[in-house]
Amino acid sequence: MGSQGGFGQSKEFLDLIKSIGEARSKAEEDRIVINEIEILKKRIIEPDIPKRKMKEYIMRLVYVEMLGHDASFGYIHAVKMTHDDNLHLKRTGYLAVTLFLNEDHDLIILIVNTIQKDLKSDNYLVVCAALNAVCKLINEETIPAVLPQVVDLLGHSKEAVRKKAVMALHRFHQKSPSSVSHLVSNFRKRLCDNDPGVMGSTLCPLYDLISEDVNSYKDLVVSFVSILKQVAERRLPKSYDYHQMPAPFIQIKLLKILALLGSGDKKASEQMYTIVGDIMRKSDSSSNIGNAILYECICCVSSIHPNPKVLETAAEAVAKFLKNDSHNLKYLGIDALGRLIKISSEIAEQHQLAVIDCLEDPDDTLKRKTFELLYKMTKPSNVEVIVDRMIDYMMSINDNHSKTEIASRCVELAEQFAPSNQWFIQTMNKVFEHAGDLVNLKVAHNLMRLIAEGFGEEDDTADSQLRSSAVESYLRIMGEPKLPSAFLQVICWVLGEYGTADGKYSASYITGKISDIAEAHSTDDMVKAYAVSALMKVYSFEIAAGRKVDVLPEGAFPPLVGLKLEIQCQSFIEELLASNSTDLQQRAYELQSVIGLDARAVENIIPMDASCEDVVVDRELSFLNGYVEESMNKGAQPYIPESERSGALSISSFRVEEQHGSSGHSLRFEAYELPKPSVPSRPPVPPVSSTELVPVPEPTYHREFHEAVAPKFSVSGTGSSEIKLRLDGVQKKWGKQTYSSSSPSTSDSDTYKTQNGATQRDVPSNLSSKTRDVSYDSRRQQEEINPEKQKLAASLFGGVSKTEKRPAAGHKASRPNSHTVDKSHAEKSGPSDGGAVKASPQPPPDLLDMGEPTSISNATFVDPFKQLEGLLDLNEGTAALGSSSATKAPDFMSLYGDTSLSGQNMGTADLLSTGSGDANLIPGISHAPDKNGHGTGGAVTLSAQLSKGPNTKEALEKDALVRQMGVNPTSQNPNLFKDLLG
Amino acid sequence: MIKAVMVINTFGKPRLSKFYEFQPVEKQQEIIRHVYSVLSNRPDNVSNFIRSLGAIFGPDTRLVYKHYATLYFVFLFDNSENELAMLDLIQVFVETLDKCFRSVCELDVVFNYSKMHIILDEIILGGQVLETDSVEVVRAVEEISKLESTTSAGTLINKSIPSWWAR
Repeated sequence: MGSQGGFGQSKEFLDLIKSIGEARSKAEEDRIVINEIEILKKRIIEPDIPKRKMKEYIMRLVYVEMLGHDASFGYIHAVKMTHDDNLHLKRTGYLAVTLFLNEDHDLIILIVNTIQKDLKSDNYLVVCAALNAVCKLINEETIPAVLPQVVDLLGHSKEAVRKKAVMALHRFHQKSPSSVSHLVSNFRKRLCDNDPGVMGSTLCPLYDLISEDVNSYKDLVVSFVSILKQVAERRLPKSYDYHQMPAPFIQIKLLKILALLGSGDKKASEQMYTIVGDIMRKSDSSSNIGNAILYECICCVSSIHPNPKVLETAAEAVAKFLKNDSHNLKYLGIDALGRLIKISSEIAEQHQLAVIDCLEDPDDTLKRKTFELLYKMTKPSNVEVIVDRMIDYMMSINDNHSKTEIASRCVELAEQFAPSNQWFIQTMNKVFEHAGDLVNLKVAHNLMRLIAEGFGEEDDTADSQLRSSAVESYLRIMGEPKLPSAFLQVICWVLGEYGTADGKYSASYITGKISDIAEAHSTDDMVKAYAVSALMKVYSFEIAAGRKVDVLPEGAFPPLVGLKLEIQCQSFIEELLASNSTDLQQRAYELQSVIGLDARAVENIIPMDASCEDVVVDRELSFLNGYVEESMNKGAQPYIPESERSGALSISSFRVEEQHGSSGHSLRFEAYELPKPSVPSRPPVPPVSSTELVPVPEPTYHREFHEAVAPKFSVSGTGSSEIKLRLDGVQKKWGKQTYSSSSPSTSDSDTYKTQNGATQRDVPSNLSSKTRDVSYDSRRQQEEINPEKQKLAASLFGGVSKTEKRPAAGHKASRPNSHTVDKSHAEKSGPSDGGAVKASPQPPPDLLDMGEPTSISNATFVDPFKQLEGLLDLNEGTAALGSSSATKAPDFMSLYGDTSLSGQNMGTADLLSTGSGDANLIPGISHAPDKNGHGTGGAVTLSAQLSKGPNTKEALEKDALVRQMGVNPTSQNPNLFKDLLG
Repeated sequence: MIKAVMVINTFGKPRLSKFYEFQPVEKQQEIIRHVYSVLSNRPDNVSNFIRSLGAIFGPDTRLVYKHYATLYFVFLFDNSENELAMLDLIQVFVETLDKCFRSVCELDVVFNYSKMHIILDEIILGGQVLETDSVEVVRAVEEISKLESTTSAGTLINKSIPSWWAR
């Protein structure tokens, strides 16, 4: 067994670990490690280092690198160590290089030869070590060098080697599918390997292959189904059982593969229903791994062509998950529910309360998963509740990445399902306020666009209402501190476009507000640019409307009487006129010159409410024809399209030649004295097209845009500067022409608007009253559910009909159980309750499963079912005898079944469950001994195993040793796995 | 496929880390730190799964962890694996360690660094689950140790240690 006693390292290494363990700060740790590196650097180049010493140095290097320091000076020594004949050193060398090097490292070349040799070794351990290294270190270029040997190993006599060879091939496939494409048949062949382990390992590559190309593997459906059937029927040797489940990892892989193969294929799916249904029905939901299989079945069912009967079984399983107290199972239940509602959305309705419980759970993972589920089931009827909740949650978290994700989901849902414009703008405001810097800038542009275009296509009054409500809300919000830049840009733009549109606010008021923003965010050039453009729009609208604007007094233009320009605005513009940013400066000058023009010209430059009008782009640049002709007449060379340029062609052909040449010169791994047709390491490079080589930039959109529009505006007689200004505003908004998410929102909004007023608003209140009735009834039955939750459920699950009430009540009925059990668990904190808690919510059929471990752990070969019958009888007997504490017979039975493993295991099981605080561990561990007990040693190994609890001599010795050494990295509890071992 | 296996103690010190897709050393450290900060902020009695790992790994990466006394055992993997099954794989790993080290503790993990890797290599190969039976793994590891001890000349080291303890 292990090297316990000596830890097998020198004092120096132990000292190093000790001092690092005691380091109080990261800086101290770094100092120690850097010192260590210096020592190693000196030592490692000394001549004649004993090999075992060298090995330790290498391990110290690995350790140093794990702590985050560079150990590259020692890589070469690790490489050298792989060449050693001594297996021990060789393995250490391989371990170190797999940890140090990546597949493209220069030193790999030095290892390839060794790997080739080792793959042919007689000692299978050497072969295994080499295969380990192959998986990590071989890249696309070196695959051909080891491929033949690895393929040979597929027929090795040791199944461990075959298994690893299959994995190595799988790895090759991942790295370079083309290099092993001719070997794919080998995977199929290995599927029929005598050893189930090898068969299991081929499932991994097959899973990858199938997910890439489903259709060419449809013929294997029959084989997979029959393998799964055999596994599920326990035809494999007992050694493949894991916690009483027959080869669960193989089952899971098979179910994943079937899910791929059956997706959208009715015929293939039909072959699977029976076996998947069987597995679900027989599954053991008391163990972790049993639930893993059950979950995988649900995933499979939701992926293949739906079948009502199997779906029903899956829905039941989901219900079981959701009702379970374990967060893990709840999580999987929510996930599975998310998959099933794609097929039938009614399933979710039964579980509304469970879902809401998860939403309020302290567990962040679960919460987030639940939001994912809600996101999937959002409908026009529940969008308000869901998005509100999401925004609340978004405000509560700090992690920017998740914030971004949730914000973009809010936006997406709001755009898709918004019941009213008002709501939409409010929601967007909230999102921007709290995550404005995180959301995609596109979203801001989309919001501007939406306000500009409005929802309804014909209804102009609705649009202007929308705009004025937007203006009002922005005027209200803009005073708040710390608004994100993107949001301020939107505010400026909207105020500029529509601030004065409805006549409610005077131009001077709006310009004052805009200058406020610019002043408050004087470091943000983007906001300032938006602000000055907005100012220009407001002023030009004023001028166009016949009112006069007071321009800068000292400007080049005579001051006009009329509206007075605020001092503030004036100073803002003056500041920009001298700005360092050329963009801002230009905008300011443009503003200045626009204000000086007469009303007609201004109207042409900046027409009122024209932001939605398309700008015609002349891609042919026809307006330049005159200029071109003139130049040609003067003797200029005509433009030659790049495809016709001779120079480019010659360059490209040269390159191609060069490429071919280099492939000829690539590294060879075959020995020189055995000349054979060399395998080209990669397929010949296709001739590179000339476009890649001659970087003639296509006219960019931006430039084209300006030039194209130029003539249109030149009519007005102003310089090109105004045009640019105008375009800047427009272009930002229209940057992406393909952006088209407004189409759903426009169509949706019409329909929902009507719905919303009349029906939608009523539904929640109706429902909540209904559900409240129910809750009242049930309160008499000693159950109470927070009416808040009911309400939430009602609004979330929208237009739920009467049928929905019953499941809710049913769910309630089951809840008191778990609650009371919970309480008893807390009060007693008794170990045996762990079993009861887990088992109690389950319906009677599960008791059979619960009983199963009992029979098997007996280490006798009695028919499990007979055994079980006996147990049941026994249980009933004891239950009848008077178990005052147990509320129900089933509860008691399951408790009995779980904790007391019957027979000789009784004592040990008790031992196990006593010291352990972590209820999670109990099932795992109590299963572990079961498994051993099943083997030859039976009770002996069992007790030997279990006796190594905290009170054993060994642990004490270790403890003493540890204290002696002063290495006490974790203070109080040296026996760290006390939890594990009871 | 499994992308990484990490053992981190409750103070954030890495005790074992193995990445099945190459990551530069700095990135490894960043991942370990990030994972630790997420784990240390999680309350007890919540699920063992974490989905939102931020931008560090791809969006599809999941994390399963298990907290044993002073150590977090962490597996990172993509959607081709099953969360609960990975949780059991951690269990297998720990059970195996326990069998190899006789009531394993953090010190065993620290001082038997290479052995930890040998054990892990017998369970996971190239990011795929290789063996899930801890008895089988222990047998393979023992075979390796036996062979190594016959070829190894390292007896000297073992002798030098007790004399140091006796200090």
